[in-house]
Amino acid sequence: MKSLKWKAALIVAITLVCLYGVIGLPKSKDELVANWRKNIRLGLDLRGGSLLVVQVQLQDAFKVEANTQIERLKEELGKQSIAYQSIDHNDPQTLAEAENIAITVRGIPADKSQLFRNIVAELLPSWVLTPLSSTDYRLTMKPTEVLALKEDTVQRAITTIESRINGLGLAEAAVQRRGGAGSEAEILISLPGLDDPARVKNILQTAALLELYEVKEGPFARQEDALAKFGGVLPLNTKLMRSAPRPGDPAGEGWYLVARTPVITGRDLRDARPAQDEFGKWETAFVLSQEAKGRFARFTEANIGNRLAIALDNQIRSAPTIQSRIEDQGRITGAASHQDASDLALVLRAGSLPAGIVYLQEQTVGPSLGADSIRKGLIAGVIGLVFVVAFMLIYYAGAGVNAVVALILNGVILIGCLAYLEAVLTLPGIAGIILLIGMAVDSNVLIFERIREELRAGKATLAAIDTGFSKAFLTIIDTHVATVVSCAFLFMFGTPAIRGFAVTLVIGLVANVFTSVFVSRALFQFAVARQGFNPKLSIGI
Amino acid sequence: MELFKNTQIDFLGKQKIFIGISLVLLAVGIGSWAAKGGLKYGIDFTGGANISVRFASSPPIDRIRAAISAKIPGEISVQEVTGENEVIIGLPLKEDVALQKERQTVVETLTETFGEKTDRLDLNNASAAQLAERLRDPLQRASIPMNDEQLGQLARRIFEFRNSPPRSGVLSNFEQLREVEGVTPQILEVIRQQCYLAPFTIRGAEVIGPKIGAEMRNKAVLAVLYALGGMLVYLALRFEFVYGLAAVIAVFHDVIITLGFFSLTDKEISLNVVAALLTLVGYSMNDTIVVFDRIRETLKLSRRELTPAIVNDSINQTLSRTVLTSGLTFISALALWLFGGPVLNGFAFALVVGVIVGTYSSIFIAVPILVFWHERFGKSRRAAAPAAAK
Repeated sequence: MKSLKWKAALIVAITLVCLYGVIGLPKSKDELVANWRKNIRLGLDLRGGSLLVVQVQLQDAFKVEANTQIERLKEELGKQSIAYQSIDHNDPQTLAEAENIAITVRGIPADKSQLFRNIVAELLPSWVLTPLSSTDYRLTMKPTEVLALKEDTVQRAITTIESRINGLGLAEAAVQRRGGAGSEAEILISLPGLDDPARVKNILQTAALLELYEVKEGPFARQEDALAKFGGVLPLNTKLMRSAPRPGDPAGEGWYLVARTPVITGRDLRDARPAQDEFGKWETAFVLSQEAKGRFARFTEANIGNRLAIALDNQIRSAPTIQSRIEDQGRITGAASHQDASDLALVLRAGSLPAGIVYLQEQTVGPSLGADSIRKGLIAGVIGLVFVVAFMLIYYAGAGVNAVVALILNGVILIGCLAYLEAVLTLPGIAGIILLIGMAVDSNVLIFERIREELRAGKATLAAIDTGFSKAFLTIIDTHVATVVSCAFLFMFGTPAIRGFAVTLVIGLVANVFTSVFVSRALFQFAVARQGFNPKLSIGI
Repeated sequence: MELFKNTQIDFLGKQKIFIGISLVLLAVGIGSWAAKGGLKYGIDFTGGANISVRFASSPPIDRIRAAISAKIPGEISVQEVTGENEVIIGLPLKEDVALQKERQTVVETLTETFGEKTDRLDLNNASAAQLAERLRDPLQRASIPMNDEQLGQLARRIFEFRNSPPRSGVLSNFEQLREVEGVTPQILEVIRQQCYLAPFTIRGAEVIGPKIGAEMRNKAVLAVLYALGGMLVYLALRFEFVYGLAAVIAVFHDVIITLGFFSLTDKEISLNVVAALLTLVGYSMNDTIVVFDRIRETLKLSRRELTPAIVNDSINQTLSRTVLTSGLTFISALALWLFGGPVLNGFAFALVVGVIVGTYSSIFIAVPILVFWHERFGKSRRAAAPAAAK
């Protein structure tokens, strides 16, 4: 009797802990629903939302790195007056080629060889120098540096994407590495509740490289016109840039000759916000950092009357004439709507991606589709469950109540564990639950059929219960362990969806051993203990 | 209540008939498989794009196909979801960038073909944020000022209403909005001026690049094979090697027959179907283990060699359990198939077929293999069998 009390206490305690995990301590019906929604995390396939898988184009980052090093090297060689014929890098097109990036240096005079080597060793410690001939050299990246650069690029991409998405105000958005063999450059972005992934894609794909250039000449209507003016050769340290065609402003289209190096870049930004001009048109206003302030002020003061080109992603967005000395502010005009202006502000604030991205996968489940799936799945689940419950009660009479209690408790423990583990319930997870219901019912049927056999063989009630449980127990353990073993493999080798299946099933199976063996047995013991001497079982024989 | 009391059915005696049936089913399944040039994989595994579109009334399949074919080369499938006014537009495997562009093209083409050429907002394909943005100024002009929060709430309520059944995403008439809390006749008038209702809505879209598709297929197949291997090892350790082998062969039999049914009915294998197949593997294995456990127990008690009589007894003793469990699981799966809706359809179909085949194979495939093995090789291992079954 005493052990029965302990059993009862344990069962009640576990039930309460699980219930608390699911609904907390609600004070009202609304709160109960809210807690439930918060604790039971539904996957995107059920609740609606978007999932994007992007691949970071690591080769971009490697090219940028090589370019930077080439610039530094050229500068140093210039200082040391070492002549060279050419310095360039190969052009990797794929991720796989990226790590084989190489800088080729040609035409270093043989007598300057030692000096050149010293410079490289000091300036480019992360590169390995291999002589090709007495005057030519090849530089390749050290393997550890390749790894570090990859890692750093992906991490920076994640951070940038994260900050861009956070700016959208989506509460539960998640950005993470996809992981797995061969997919280290892949990033998984899940956006629950978002039914407009086109906007997110736009925001992500914008590289948002802001640069402000001094305009030397222009605008020219065509590129050829500009080239013709300078006899086909551009003046030193200048380049031609195209302005973005703007809807309703054909005059804004054209080519500008600008200084090669920008006065201000995206790194100098402190903030960016959507704003409206005096005519109510939307634009994006930005504020420069403390450090860039002085530089910009000096520049604008010296260039009053000249044009300033505001370029975004290598396209000139506007080229206003500098009216007066500007301290620390600027505007990018030409936004189509408030949303446009704030989206641009968002990407400016978040900075630019370290490398381009390519979309590998998109999955958008509209909220109505998700809601339909849940509703229909629930209806089907309830119909199935009602049938199971009704059948168990009719077929096993009083003992059927044990089975139903065990089944319900199993469900409570399962969702409790899912809530505590912050696991996400997806469609494959529901598949796991269906298998689990089957196995839970099976455990009870196994036990009850054994007890019936023992009773039929003429055993006393208590002995029949004991033998029935202990014999069925072995079978239950065998079936459960076999399934858990397979789940372990599914978890190790499966896709995320299959993993969800495995996790749900394992939790449910462990819970099932507890409910169908321990709880159901305790219930029998209660029933028997209340009857005193020579008890009878209601098991529907 | 008791359904099966002391049955004495000679299951093994009928094994030839059932093995014959199995062979026919396997042959038909694999034959259909081969004839159709392999299984029909969903885009989860091949890569490609699926866009589901719900129409306000019966969808004009031919017009949809014609409009999209004019814009996108290659084979396009337009599949109707029965009874849902819904179509799934499928684009075949392309490289990642092209797929993304084509998805956009499909949406634009649908809007051009079935939508209106106006500046107004398409309420059936807009987001709540877009609606709020759109209404802000006009409401102001109509002297119904609202702050951002009120506006956002109104838009959210309208969209919740639009998305809930029976509308499920498509409003067919502005008058329906009268039911939404907070929509006054004046507000409705403003919405009417600013928006229009396209006769369709994009319910969902899936674009899967070829790389991820192939990766998912490999992973799913590997995971299932390893899981089966794991079970084989466990059963070999707990029973004897042949028990594990028999169970795994039975499960393979079930999976192949179920896949055969998918091939025969031209259903696609999606990621969800793989989840259902895993469920089937677990279920069939569970069923087999129960029968095996009983055989082992009888062997231990009787201290005898495994004979057809013992096997038949064991199956008969567990028969009521087998029928009850399978029957109840079958009914749950059937409910899911009949009422679960299009998303769950392939998944539930696999379960319905799987439960039947899985139950059947435990008795008519796994057990005969066991008996066959013992009759062939068992004599020389007479001493080993009881010892292993401790």
